[in-house]
Amino acid sequence: MAAQYKTIVKDGLWENNGVFAMLLGLCPAMAMTGTATNALGMGLATAAVMAASSMLVGMFRNQITQEVRIPVFILVIASMVTLVDLFMNAWMHELYKVLGMFIPLIVSNCLPLARLEAFAGKNSTLPSLMDGLFMGIGFTIALTMIGAVREIVGVGTLFSDASLLFGPAFKFMEMRLLPEDTGILMMILPPGGFLVLGLLVVGKRMLDVRAGKEIQMGGAHSAA
Amino acid sequence: MSKKERTLSHGLILGAFCLGFGIVLAYSDHITVEDIAARALEDKLNSLAQVIPSSIHDNNLVEDAITMKNERDMEITVYRATKEGKVVGLAYEIFGVGYAGKIKLMMGIDTEGKILGVRVISHKETPGLGDKMEIKKGDWILKFDGLSLGNPPVDKWKVKKDGGQFDYWAGATITPRGIVDAIRRGLELFNANKAIMMDMSAPKSQTNGAKKKEGH
Repeated sequence: MAAQYKTIVKDGLWENNGVFAMLLGLCPAMAMTGTATNALGMGLATAAVMAASSMLVGMFRNQITQEVRIPVFILVIASMVTLVDLFMNAWMHELYKVLGMFIPLIVSNCLPLARLEAFAGKNSTLPSLMDGLFMGIGFTIALTMIGAVREIVGVGTLFSDASLLFGPAFKFMEMRLLPEDTGILMMILPPGGFLVLGLLVVGKRMLDVRAGKEIQMGGAHSAA
Repeated sequence: MSKKERTLSHGLILGAFCLGFGIVLAYSDHITVEDIAARALEDKLNSLAQVIPSSIHDNNLVEDAITMKNERDMEITVYRATKEGKVVGLAYEIFGVGYAGKIKLMMGIDTEGKILGVRVISHKETPGLGDKMEIKKGDWILKFDGLSLGNPPVDKWKVKKDGGQFDYWAGATITPRGIVDAIRRGLELFNANKAIMMDMSAPKSQTNGAKKKEGH
């Protein structure tokens, strides 16, 4: 059992990382990574949706028949997204003001659906919850890395406005690494997102090659 | 099981999931609806407080609002600030065209048509280049405070590049041009409709913060 969870954690964070290995969920990975703070917020919201929907599908996997599984999966994800949307709007309003218009986009992120199809539909509740959670955390880490690189090179800050998003206690995260007006504007515009993603994917593969691993080119098809 | 029965059972399963999640969503909406309305009202009052200082009035701006048509036939809400029943200021949304689409601003003016404050509510301008009108990025937008349609004269209500008096930013002329134009038109709207806008006996608008959130 422990070995199974170890694999789940390793898959989610590194081996099958949603963004860097499977190249899924690129819409939010491009649109929300202008700053590390936005990327982190978007990642956490997605992780919450993924953990909840994976757990539910794992729980009901014997009731969901093969023929109707896709509509049920979409229903589960859409419901979880709506819940996150409502709860954030009501109780985490500052975060909602920044992420609000992107939350509904989680529905169109194919990563949660891919994990339901590839993992949660075939595994019991707890492993499914773990898979959703760690795939979500892996997604969060990937987004935050892209956001951090873009923000540092683009505007010279890191985690700016983190206190606005998560509360005054997170003021310590806000840093200015380069002097003002030295940033390369392109990096916070859409092309910067693609450049940084490409470079980080290359970086991951180089590390994998160095570790003597075979590079999987199959993307989503090789998942689980 | 016959094929027909199997089809029916799939339908029932899907229907059961829809019903179950429908109930969950309805309940969640029920427990959050009041908080969400309260947050929306707070947002509105916060953005109004930035353009009409709360020291000059003693009423609730959202309660004393009317709707009217602006010069482009769009419905706008005019929030009225009163002190002891007398109108002391107005706030309404104005719209400019920027580099990447519509720029929405909230402008507060006093009864003489002098600007109390202007703030950008939403825009799609390029981050780092065309967003210097945001209050957290600089004080450019504060330079309009105290100005009116005769101060400067109408033909100076332009950016410097067009022969006016307002600064623009290196690399971005279209955004400030759109904003200056929006503010000038907003002031003209007040001059043309002063009587309607300040008439406190007019029917109050139904628009208030308690309205459920708008669709996406």
